[in-house]
Amino acid sequence: MTLRILAVDDSRTMRDMVKAALASAGFEVHTADDGVHGLEVLNECTPDVIITDINMPRMDGFGFIESVRSIDQYKQVPILTLTTESAPELKQRARDAGATGWIVKPFDRDKLVNVIRRVAA
Amino acid sequence: MDPMDEIRQTFFLECEDLLQALMEGLAAIEGGDEDPETVNAIFRAVHSIKGGAGAFSLDELVKFAHTFETVLDEVRADRMELTPALMSVFFRSADQLSDLVEAASVGDSVDAERMNAIMLELDALIDSDGSDAGEVEFEAIPLDFSMDFGDVEDDLPAPGGDSWTISFKPHATIFERGNDPVLLLRALAELGETEVTCNTDALPDLADIDTAQSCLSWDITLKGETVSEDDIREIFEFVEGDCDLTISFGAAADALPEIDLPPLGAPDEGEETGWELATPSQDADEPAAIPDLPELQEPAAAEAAPAETEKSSGASPARAESSRAGPTATVRVELDRVDRLINLIGELVINQSMLAQAVSNSGVPQDSPLMDGLDEFKRLTRAIQEGVMAIRAQPVKPLFQRMSRIVREAAAATGKSVRLVTEGEGTEVDKTVIERLSDPLTHMIRNAVDHGLEQTADRAAAGKSEEGTVHLTASHRSGRVIIEIADDGAGINRTRVREIAVEKGLIDPDAALSEAEIDNLLFMPGFSTAKNVSNLSGRGVGMDVVKKAIQSLGGRVTLSSTPGKGTTFTISLPLTLAILDGMLVRVADQTKVVPLTDVVETLKLNPSQVHGLSNADRGIMVRGEFVPLVDVACELGYRPPLDKLSHHVVVLTETEGGSRTAFIVDQILDQRQVVIKGLEENYHSVPGIAAATILGNGEIALILDVAALATGRNRLSDVIRAA
Amino acid sequence: MAEQQNQRREHEDKFISFWVGEQEFCVDIMSVKEIRGWTEPTRIPRAPDHICGVINLRGAILPIIDFAARVGMPVREPDASTVIVVTQNADQLVGMKVDAVSDILSLSTESMQPIPDIASESAKEFFKGVVTREEGMIRIVDLSRIAHVEPENLAA
Repeated sequence: MTLRILAVDDSRTMRDMVKAALASAGFEVHTADDGVHGLEVLNECTPDVIITDINMPRMDGFGFIESVRSIDQYKQVPILTLTTESAPELKQRARDAGATGWIVKPFDRDKLVNVIRRVAA
Repeated sequence: MDPMDEIRQTFFLECEDLLQALMEGLAAIEGGDEDPETVNAIFRAVHSIKGGAGAFSLDELVKFAHTFETVLDEVRADRMELTPALMSVFFRSADQLSDLVEAASVGDSVDAERMNAIMLELDALIDSDGSDAGEVEFEAIPLDFSMDFGDVEDDLPAPGGDSWTISFKPHATIFERGNDPVLLLRALAELGETEVTCNTDALPDLADIDTAQSCLSWDITLKGETVSEDDIREIFEFVEGDCDLTISFGAAADALPEIDLPPLGAPDEGEETGWELATPSQDADEPAAIPDLPELQEPAAAEAAPAETEKSSGASPARAESSRAGPTATVRVELDRVDRLINLIGELVINQSMLAQAVSNSGVPQDSPLMDGLDEFKRLTRAIQEGVMAIRAQPVKPLFQRMSRIVREAAAATGKSVRLVTEGEGTEVDKTVIERLSDPLTHMIRNAVDHGLEQTADRAAAGKSEEGTVHLTASHRSGRVIIEIADDGAGINRTRVREIAVEKGLIDPDAALSEAEIDNLLFMPGFSTAKNVSNLSGRGVGMDVVKKAIQSLGGRVTLSSTPGKGTTFTISLPLTLAILDGMLVRVADQTKVVPLTDVVETLKLNPSQVHGLSNADRGIMVRGEFVPLVDVACELGYRPPLDKLSHHVVVLTETEGGSRTAFIVDQILDQRQVVIKGLEENYHSVPGIAAATILGNGEIALILDVAALATGRNRLSDVIRAA
Repeated sequence: MAEQQNQRREHEDKFISFWVGEQEFCVDIMSVKEIRGWTEPTRIPRAPDHICGVINLRGAILPIIDFAARVGMPVREPDASTVIVVTQNADQLVGMKVDAVSDILSLSTESMQPIPDIASESAKEFFKGVVTREEGMIRIVDLSRIAHVEPENLAA
């Protein structure tokens, strides 16, 4: 079964990059520009895994994760944060918000794919 | 195209937007914007540039962006105050960042000395602030899709023994974050042969089972000599705070509750920064099953606090507003495609008017459904035309932002204190016009700072504020775009200008010139008021070149100056290069178009008002003013000069500097919008002719270049006579 | 004869021949975009004598060269048979006013001969060569010369 991924990032470069990396691994990739947009497209693509940036306009990654977790259907969907932030506090905040794990940019394609496989049922 | 090349292109395109956002944000803050979201936006812009740059191994860019971002973060966290001095550093840093992006996009490098100087300034800010956030090294990891995952694993297997013992007891929280113990066990099994024992001691009665709760724990024995602890920890990476985990090699789990491991990966390995294997020990009371990693000891307040700021800023009105606004969806389209569309629509407009003319010639009654349909067709055609033109229209904002940099640089080079005030940045102009306006505007802005404004001491002596101001304004006025560059300097020294013009032989020493005429000497080729060519304005480019550049866009430039108060240059540009409001006139049995913006009024020629004898120096008196008279047909070489003027009509025009010229035409036909067609594509430019257009009957009408015909009257006649 | 032609087919190019005055000329068919009836052009100020003006070619501004004037022959008033041969020279589209189009010729490289030495300067300037046929001599137009419309001696 093809895994559906929703990648949320305000940077077009990053979106394209995640998309290129994951599409080449055979995933079905949907993208959104920020947290608000992410929530808007959530039900259209019903992702198996969500990848989100932290620093975004309108609704940041923390807010997005919290919002996703508040929806019954997505209480347990794996959410990975993709961010250049490497500080432990940020990770903790992401975890507190309900993030499953994290990936630090710039990312390596194979590791990204491995992590997704590891968290996806 | 290679997908990475494509993404790289996207990155640089995005950088343009990000740099613009950065400049906008800085300008807004300088203008008094105190919304924390503005600082956040600035931070995000720099941050995104860094993120993308890292993927393409643009190390210099990454390094600089990181340093810049670190300082911005301090501001974001309210640990640093936004002083004017700091803003100055930020502006220069933004300029530097912009240079780095540009250099990176063409594979060039930047002036290392300048970059290092700014880096030092930024670093000093971080140090003086007492924060050592700068120690958080950001390392770029080249994005390499072909990279073999296995190759980077150079962790050594633990010595001795032959199997790992792992005790894993998930907390209830593990499910809340979307992790699944079963998947972790499966991942372990992929590393090597596993033996799993499930402890069901904590399992409640079936009736009480909450599926979202974890009641099980596992003991796993993993065989595998090549497996390192890192491999195992990586699997549990995301759940380390949500479980009790002990990992030991060749011994019972409880024998080694804590393992003293070397830091995961050497600091210089991209590995570590790219893949953080550690989680913070968020709970001090919790048994430290997780080894302390070097990065944990780094104060990360710089990262955490801003996140707080960001959250608190969520309540600010601006943010709330932008949330409501929704994302502005955009599509990037090749300009060629837009231009092809514009050409087609130009033809559609012509076709529509040809059709309308044909129908009207056929004698169809005005109130017939056919005419109604034609009217609707016309309305739709115009609407489509306007819509497509709007695609090419862009706000002048980015152009104005570049000018703020020019002002900073010019101020620094001249040692003057200068403030640039911009207005009407949202004014939209054709993309090509904006692009081609950049050079002349740059030059004019430099001139304003270099020549327009006085030295600080002189300003003080004149009772002015030491800081000079340059106003850059854009607005729409009667179908044209007006851009004004106004300085509050000393004004044009007309005595000096006159002297120079005489010295350079541009004017006769006895010439009687009005103030406006003296001012306009600045636009003459070969005129330069700077005694020494300064390294600023003096690039061998004079105001004459500026004027030519603006004229080539169908624009005009004028100036006005008040001694002691300053000088204002006004550029007037067409909204689009594709359409023009024209007055159709008949000249020597041909239809010509006079751009309506040049027309002041039309008059019936009264031969008694004509003064002067020969064709070359004839003029008429219009309300007491002597206006040179130009016979268009003669000027264009269609007929010899008329000895007698009679039933002709005069079109009174005004061009830059307010100079008026009266054009003799045979008849005035109509006023209408025409689609501009360049003569250059298949022919070449013709003096006195701006372009051509196609009329409703399919005939080509030439559009007169009024400025050239007026100012070039004598020159053109001279050329013809000399030839 | 037929056999010979077959062998040389790869060297053959197609040309469109046309009449100007009493003389026949031809131009490489690859550079001819279309042939259209005469339209009175809009005159261009101070253009050289051989530039008739410009016409509207489906929204493009097409300059028209009077072929006769260009090569120094007597200029005729256009009549019903006058046509415009629209040619492409480099990136530019240029129309040539000629009296009539006559034929499509297949010419082998071997059949083309250089311009005779006794020919006038203008002949050497504007033509690539000649082919001799039973009916007479046909000159091959050098389009890059004939259709050249750059400003020549305009004061800068």
